Amino acid sequence: MAALINVPPKAKRGDVIEIKTLMSHIMETGYRRTAAGDIVPRDIITSFSCRYNGSEIFRADLFPAIAANPFISFYTVATDSGTFEFEWIGDRGFSATAKAAITVE
Amino acid sequence: MMDNQDQTTRRHFLAVAGGAAVAGAVPVLTVRPAGATPAMLAAAIRDVVGAAVVHTGKVKLDIPPLVENGNTVPMTVSVASPMTAEDHVKSIHVFNEKNPQPNIGNFVLGPRAGRAVVSTRIRLADSQKIKAIAHLADGSFWSVSVDVVVTLAACTEEVI
Repeated sequence: MAALINVPPKAKRGDVIEIKTLMSHIMETGYRRTAAGDIVPRDIITSFSCRYNGSEIFRADLFPAIAANPFISFYTVATDSGTFEFEWIGDRGFSATAKAAITVE
Repeated sequence: MMDNQDQTTRRHFLAVAGGAAVAGAVPVLTVRPAGATPAMLAAAIRDVVGAAVVHTGKVKLDIPPLVENGNTVPMTVSVASPMTAEDHVKSIHVFNEKNPQPNIGNFVLGPRAGRAVVSTRIRLADSQKIKAIAHLADGSFWSVSVDVVVTLAACTEEVI
């Protein structure tokens, strides 16, 4: 459950900044079979969200068609100094969170 | 004689129907569709857009036209939008034609995004069309389709 987050540490107020996230996860599709012919049960991250100082700025529903170790990047306007909170939720009770701080001048 | 025949027919029918129900219950668990049919794709799109008309344009889908490995394909969707409170992209939905199921991802944005651009990495089971649909604040839907050729497919390989 390792997350890689890339948020610029500093930004000018009003700047559009890019946020890149990567979560290590197998994203097992549920369509593969073992050599014995049994289906490998689905195990994917189904939802990702990002909150900026408490309010949600981005959310994604993921499906088996998202590659393993889901990489998601998106943009937001730097409004205030504070924290980004990231959350991944998936099958089999998977849940992971991460945080990143930003200073807005 | 007729009664007898009717009874055997009905008994036979029930036996066959019962057998079919049992046999039918097992494949539901094991048989998976080989690919999202156009009907499944259309249904998945209808789930998102409802009865609204989907226009072509405004959306740009950056994806390699020739993919060697379908297990991880970089993809960027961008929408031409000023991203103001009145005129912004509410959500972006990406679909495929031939993976086992038609959805790839739904991305919910808002005016705070500043720029309507989302990147991720996807799986492609076959050479196919990828479709991205953007839902704008005024309620309109805009889309783009891109053809991708895949040489090594995802999803179908065995686990070792």
